[in-house]
Amino acid sequence: MIWNEHHECMGRDQLASLQGERLRQMVERIYFNVPFYRNKLQEAGIEPGDIRTVDDLGKLPFTTKQDLRDNYPFGLFAVPQEDIVRFHASSGTTGKSTVVGYTHNDIMMWSEVVARSLTMAGVTKHDIIQVAYGYGLFTGGLGLHYGAEKVGASVIPISGGNTMKQLQLLEDFGSTAIACTPSYAAFLGESIQEAKLDPSKIKLKAGIFGAEPWTEEMRNQIQQLLGLKAYDIYGLSEVIGPGVSMECGMQKGMHVFEDHFIPEIINPDTGEVLPYGELGELVFTAVTKEALPLLRYRTRDLTRLHVDICECGRTLVRMEKCVGRSDDMLIIRGVNVFPSQVESVLLEMSETKPHYLLVVDRQNNLDTLEIQVEVEDQFFSDEVKELEGLRKRISDKLTSLLGLHATVRLVEPGTIERSQGKAQRVVDKRKLS
Amino acid sequence: MIIKQLSVFLENRAGRLTELTGILADNDINISAFSIADTTDFGILRVITGKPELAEKVLKENGFAVKITDVIGMVMPNKPGSLHKALQILTDNGISIEYMYAFASADDRATAVIRTDTPQKAIEVLQLHRMELLQAGDVYQL
Repeated sequence: MIWNEHHECMGRDQLASLQGERLRQMVERIYFNVPFYRNKLQEAGIEPGDIRTVDDLGKLPFTTKQDLRDNYPFGLFAVPQEDIVRFHASSGTTGKSTVVGYTHNDIMMWSEVVARSLTMAGVTKHDIIQVAYGYGLFTGGLGLHYGAEKVGASVIPISGGNTMKQLQLLEDFGSTAIACTPSYAAFLGESIQEAKLDPSKIKLKAGIFGAEPWTEEMRNQIQQLLGLKAYDIYGLSEVIGPGVSMECGMQKGMHVFEDHFIPEIINPDTGEVLPYGELGELVFTAVTKEALPLLRYRTRDLTRLHVDICECGRTLVRMEKCVGRSDDMLIIRGVNVFPSQVESVLLEMSETKPHYLLVVDRQNNLDTLEIQVEVEDQFFSDEVKELEGLRKRISDKLTSLLGLHATVRLVEPGTIERSQGKAQRVVDKRKLS
Repeated sequence: MIIKQLSVFLENRAGRLTELTGILADNDINISAFSIADTTDFGILRVITGKPELAEKVLKENGFAVKITDVIGMVMPNKPGSLHKALQILTDNGISIEYMYAFASADDRATAVIRTDTPQKAIEVLQLHRMELLQAGDVYQL
């Protein structure tokens, strides 16, 4: 099943001409509506008329997450506030999250790409889908929700967590599809076993899993535990949210919806565009977005693109699972975490010094984040309640900033390794790829 | 009357306490009394030693977070009701105890080490009631 055969199976030449036209219009829009982009284009000596085909993309400057932060909250928007119908945001360093906005048309386009994605996983109006991604500022919940409604499926907007309720609805409603993070899917699968539910009552056939890195081993494990076929969905809020690319039934990479998001692979050090098949940093240009058009946005995700035609019939390029990052961002339970965020919290608190270590692990299939902080002489109290209070204050601050529960562990001074040059701030014990 | 107690932050890690006692032994520092407050992740060792300043210095040199805390030592007959009597005096005078630990010695007496926010007031109140207090001078070699 293909949701939009016209756009998903378009000839490559025809697609390139569509992309070129959309790129031309987008450059014009941002040049006249976004001062940041106008300055950037002028610095690069580019006038809107210089961009005529998709091959001109390489002449254009990159946009980074830092640009979004510097223009917090609405500086990169290309439409006035009255045209914005929704915001989403990802966590950022203190007070500065990455804010994205959507016009009505943007929401329609997003629903369209998610509808295409769900169709790839075989979801139709005959399905009941449990959306167990978090609803809220995070794009996962509402993104899947609108796409599933577009497909006509019956949506259960249960959001994340609340595992006992999830299990009950799986059983009572007979949900046939579920969308959540892969680690939560595995956790649910184990909970089904522990609760000794009758497996024949679980009707799941498709799982749409994304927002964090996962392996083929995890896929097998989830498929076995939940008795479904597990599909990988990719997205990032800056570009749109989930639904930038999605795996089809062949499971040979994720098809990028190139009519909306033009992908490139670059050398992260030089910015040079690399040919198909080579490993590099993934860059997207969101050509149809109205509220927040993105010009050559550097995702920092490392992967490869393949252009050979897929057996499913789609002509869209496929991207491999991301193999890593070209920066130090961690993805923990679907939440983006930068070590610098932790540092900013510790620097803000007078009692602590920024000697810390992030320990990321996966226990019972759920990611855990422990932050080790050194106890300094000057704030060491010999009363347990004081130290526990300090630990709780750090933990509360981090949890609210990161949007993710962080366990704080106090350690002895000098035990966190100081290295010459770049400090080792992260120990990631999750076994991925 | 004020006694200098060393408070040391200890991670819950096998062998860590042994490292600490080794350092004290190597520096010929005697341990008169100690207790450990433990939580899931860490412990706080409270120890009364001979030469407390030296003990603080050598432990800091070895990377421990150390703090000197003022405590008082209360000496009682090792008999039923004597601890109760002492605590009642403190309670009646509104002195709250952060923590305490106690030990008995061979001479039929018992000593309670008490940490309070108001050590001076505690000393005055206890003296008023003729309770025996440890002297800083002799306490380090109980």
